[in-house]
Amino acid sequence: MNYEAVIGLEIHCELKTKTKIFCGCATGFGAEQNTHVCPVCLGLPGVLPTINKRVVEFAIKAGLATNCKINQYSKFDRKNYYYPDLPKNWQTSQYDLPICVNGWVDIDVDGEKKRIRLTRIHMEEDAGKLVHSGTTIKDSLSSDVDYNRTGVPLLEIVSEPDMRSAAEARAYMEKIKAIMEYIDVSNCRMEEGNLRADINVSLRPEGSETLGTRTEMKNINSFKNLEDAINYEIERQTEVLEDGGHVVQETRTFDPARGITLSMRSKENAHDYRYMPEPDLPPIITSDETIEKYRQELPELPDARRARLEKEYGLSDYDAGIITSSRAMAEYFDAVVGTGADPKLAANWIMGDLAKNLNEENLDIAQSPVSAERLGKMIGLIMKDTISGKIAKKVFKEMWTSPDDPEKIVKEKGLVQITDTSAIEPAVDAAIASNPKAVAEYKGGKKKALGALVGQVMKATRGKANPQMVNQLLAQKLAE
Amino acid sequence: MRYFDQPAHVLHDMLKQKEISAVELTQDVLKRIDEVEGSVGAYLTLTKEAALEQAGKVDEKLAKGEEIPFLAGIPGAIKDNICTKGIKTTCASKILEHFIPPYDATVMTKLKAESPVLLGKTNLDEFAMGGSTENSAYHVTRNPWNTDDVPGGSSGGSAAAVAAGTAIWALGSDTGGSIRQPASFCGVVGLKPTYGRVSRYGLVAYASSLDQIGPLTRDVADAAHLLNVISGHDDMDATSSATVVPDFTASLREDVKGLKIGLPKEYFTKGMDPEVERAVRAAIETYRSLGAEVIEISLPHTEYAISTYYLIAPAEAATNLQRYDGVSYGERVEGSDLVEMMTNTRTEKFGEEVKRRIMIGNYALSAGYYDAYYLKALKVRTLIQQDYTEAFSRVDVIMCPTAPTTAYPIGSMISDPLQMYLQDICTVPLNLAGLPGISIPCGRSSQGMPIGLQIIGKALDEETILRAAYTYEQSQDYHKEMAPLGGKH
Amino acid sequence: MKVTKKDLENVAVLSRLSIPEDEQDKYIGQMDAILTYMDNLSAVDTENVKPTTYALPMANVFREDVVKPSLDREAALSNAPLKENGYFKVPKVLED
Repeated sequence: MNYEAVIGLEIHCELKTKTKIFCGCATGFGAEQNTHVCPVCLGLPGVLPTINKRVVEFAIKAGLATNCKINQYSKFDRKNYYYPDLPKNWQTSQYDLPICVNGWVDIDVDGEKKRIRLTRIHMEEDAGKLVHSGTTIKDSLSSDVDYNRTGVPLLEIVSEPDMRSAAEARAYMEKIKAIMEYIDVSNCRMEEGNLRADINVSLRPEGSETLGTRTEMKNINSFKNLEDAINYEIERQTEVLEDGGHVVQETRTFDPARGITLSMRSKENAHDYRYMPEPDLPPIITSDETIEKYRQELPELPDARRARLEKEYGLSDYDAGIITSSRAMAEYFDAVVGTGADPKLAANWIMGDLAKNLNEENLDIAQSPVSAERLGKMIGLIMKDTISGKIAKKVFKEMWTSPDDPEKIVKEKGLVQITDTSAIEPAVDAAIASNPKAVAEYKGGKKKALGALVGQVMKATRGKANPQMVNQLLAQKLAE
Repeated sequence: MRYFDQPAHVLHDMLKQKEISAVELTQDVLKRIDEVEGSVGAYLTLTKEAALEQAGKVDEKLAKGEEIPFLAGIPGAIKDNICTKGIKTTCASKILEHFIPPYDATVMTKLKAESPVLLGKTNLDEFAMGGSTENSAYHVTRNPWNTDDVPGGSSGGSAAAVAAGTAIWALGSDTGGSIRQPASFCGVVGLKPTYGRVSRYGLVAYASSLDQIGPLTRDVADAAHLLNVISGHDDMDATSSATVVPDFTASLREDVKGLKIGLPKEYFTKGMDPEVERAVRAAIETYRSLGAEVIEISLPHTEYAISTYYLIAPAEAATNLQRYDGVSYGERVEGSDLVEMMTNTRTEKFGEEVKRRIMIGNYALSAGYYDAYYLKALKVRTLIQQDYTEAFSRVDVIMCPTAPTTAYPIGSMISDPLQMYLQDICTVPLNLAGLPGISIPCGRSSQGMPIGLQIIGKALDEETILRAAYTYEQSQDYHKEMAPLGGKH
Repeated sequence: MKVTKKDLENVAVLSRLSIPEDEQDKYIGQMDAILTYMDNLSAVDTENVKPTTYALPMANVFREDVVKPSLDREAALSNAPLKENGYFKVPKVLED
C-alpha cells in the first residue's frame, strides 16, 4: 500500500524585544547564569506579571503578515505543569483566545505552489534552561537551573497538518523564517534556538481522508534536522504499518548524529494542563485602528517582493524566489541594482559566486566581505566590457580578500579585457594555423569545433580577449 | 499615661505637638507587647530593635522642626503574607519558614515613604486560607475580648494586635472576608478596598482575582488615613486601578441625610445569631434616625456565593501555590528524584486546609470537571456581579452583618471545613464582585463579644462607605473601648 | 460518593501531594461534602451567561519595552535550598 504523510508544525519563534514578556529583565543570549532574573521571572511569592507592549505589537504584525485574523479580544492563560525550568510551575500562554487565528502562507516546492494554513499564533513565555551533570538527562544525578531564558517572549505559530513531505515542511519553515525576518520581529538565529519546531507526523493510505496516529518530535532547530527527522519518521512509520503494526502516539526525540528518532519511553500519564485564565493580566482588546496602524507599518513581504522583482526586473520566478527568501538577501540585491547593475547579472552573481563563498565560510549575507556597492561596480565593469564574465570571477575572488574597488584590482592585475582587433588577430591566426583538424571539422559543418579554437585564443591571451570578438574574428577568417 | 489605646490620628497630633516622642510611643507599645503578647499571640515575627531605630529617626526629624507625614513614628504591624525586604515572610506556612524576600511589596514602599514604626509580622491562617487563624502552622492567635475564642481570620493576627493595643494600626489582606471578619470578631475597623485600589504586588497570592490589601485600625478616621497612604495605581500590578485616588479623609464628616441604604433580605436568614441581627438592625435604625433612607433590596444569587467562591478561590490557589516545590526558594524535603522531592516537600510542609483547597481547586480545574465546576462558578460570578449592579442602581450603600455570629471558641469548628466555609456568607460576595466593604463595631453580644456592621459600596466608592461608617461611629463609643484580655467568664 | 479514591489519587498527583492511606478517607469525606454542597450551582441557569475572570472590567494594561535592573545573582539565589556555581540545583530529573 502507498502511504501519504501528513505533517503539521508548531514553530516557536523568539521575539527580539529588549525585555522579557512579563518583566523588565533584559533578554539576550549568552549572559552568565541567573543574572537576567528578577523576583517576577523567578516566580517569587507575591510577584505579578505585566505585559510587554512590544510583544503584542510583534504578535499582531506576525499575524497580519501571515494573513491571520486578529482576535480583537484576546487573553493569557496559565498552562499548568511541573518542571524545574518553570519557576511558577505554569507557563503563561494563550489557550482559547489566541491573538491571531486562521492564517495562511504560500510555499513552493519544485515549482509547485501550495497554500499552508495557519491555525493560530499565540504569545507565551519561554522556560529556563536545565544543565545536566551527566552527559544526558538519564545519567545525571542532579541538574543545574538557569532562569535567564525564563520569560523570554515567544510566538507559537501553529500550522494545520497541510504538509505532505519533508521538502514542504522545510519550505514552510523557511517561509515563516523569511516573514519573521522581513517584519523584523525575530533574529531567527536557528543555532541560538530563536526558531525551533515541534513536528507532528502521521501516515494514512493514499486517498484516505482520515488522519492516522501521529508522533511528535520536539525542539528541532535546523532545516537539515527538520528534513532528516521527518524523512526518518515517515520511513519508520511506513515500516511499522507495513508489518501490520500500529503507530504509537508519543513524543520522540531526534538524534541528529545518527539521523534517527527515538521513543522517549514516556509514561504519557495524560498531561492535564488545567488551563485557566490568567487573573493577573487583564485581556487585550485590539481596535480596528491599531490593527490598521500595524498593517501600515509592515514592510513589503517576501511574496510581494518576489512578484515585484519578476515584474520590474524580469527575473525568473525561481530566481526571484531565492533572492527574496531572506530579507537581507533581497535588500542586498536591491542595493546592487541601485548602483546601476543589470538585475539579471546581479541575481546570478548573488546566487552564484557570492552565495557559494558565503556558504563556504558560513557567513550571513550581512557579513559579506564584498559589499553590494562593490559587487555593483564589478557588474558595471562587465556591462562596459571592461572585463569578461570569466575575468570577473577572478576579480570577485580578489575582492573577497581585498578591500579595493574592482577598478583598481582590474587595473593593478592587468585584467582589462582586450577589445582591440589588432591585438587579438595574431592569436586567432596562430590558433587557425596550429589546429588544422578543428578547422577542417568546422568547415565540414561541425560548428561546435569553433569552441576548441576559441579556447586556444583565450588561453593565448590569458583570458583577457573579449570572447565575442574572438568568436567573430574566427568565424570571419574561417569563412574566407 | 499609656498611649497604646489611642488611634493613630490622635497620636500623630501628639507627636506634632511634642506631647510625646516617637521613641516613647514605641516603647509604650513594646511594653504592651511584653505584657500581653504571651496571651494573644498576634505576631509571628517581632522587629523591636528596628522599630526603636525607626522611631529615633522620626524624633530627629521632629527635633529639626520638620513636617512629618501621617504615619511617621506610629507603630504598626504587617500581615505575614506581605513581602518585606530583608524580613522573614512566612505566610504562616512551614514551606516558607526561612523565606526572606529580596524585595518589598508596593504597599511597603508606600508605607516606608511615611517613616512609620514597623513592629513586626502578624499571624494568619496559612496562606490566608481560613477564618480563624487556627490554620497557622506556628501558633494560634487569641481574641483579646476572650482569649478562649478565635480572633477570626485570616488576618487574625493583625486584628488581634490592634484590638489588644499591641499595634496602633495594621495591614491585612482580604480574599473572602479576611480583613472584615476578624475586624468584626475583634471589635476594630477593617476595610477591604475595591479590587485594584491597592497594589497587590508583593502580597503573596492566594486567589489573585479576589485578593486585596487593606487596613485594620482602631477607628474609621485611621482607616481613611491609611487608605490614603496605600492606594494608587502601580506599574507592577496590571490589575491596579488607574483611577485618581481621592483624599479619603475628606469623607470623615457626619452626613447621611438622604443616603440610600440597601438591606439585602438574603443576608438576614437562617444561621444568623439573633444577637447579631438585633445589633445590626439597631445600627440601621440609628442611620434612619440620622436621616438615611432604608430600602429593602434583593441580591438573589447570594445563596450561590459560597459555592462560587470556594471553587474560584481554590482553583486560583491551586495554581498560585504550585510554585512552592522546593526548587529555587522555600523549604525542601529530599527525595530520590525531582518529582519525589517536590511531592515530599509539599506533603510535609503544607498544612491540611491548604492541601484541601489545592486539591479541590485542581479537581475543579481538571479534565472532565472543568465545565461543571470551575467554568460554572465563573458564570455564576457574573450573575452575582449583576445582582450588585442592579442593587446599586437603587441604593448608595448596602448594609448587613459582617459575620453571622460573634467569635467562637478555639477548636470548635476546625474539624468541619464545610461549616467553616458557610460562615463566610456575608463577606465573600463582595470579593467576587470586587466591591469595597468596611466592618465597624456596632454592638456587643450578651457575652460581651464584639459585633460588626458591614457597609458595602460601589466599585471605587470607598468615600461613601467611609462617610457612612464615620457618621455611625460618632454616635456611639464602641471604638473607644479596649478589649479586656481575659479568658471566659 | 461523588469523590472516589481514584479521584483523590488523581488530584493528589496533579497537586504533587501524597496522601497517606490512613488519611484518605478523611479527605475523601470532606471533599465529597464540599463538592456535594457545590452542586447547588447546577440549579442556576447560566445558558447565556458569560464567565467572569476579573473582579472588575479592565483591558490593555501594558508595559513599555524598557530594561530594568535585574537582581544581583546573590540575591536571586539567596533563598535557594541548594545552589552551586550560580545555579539552582535540583535532584535527578526523570522525564515524564
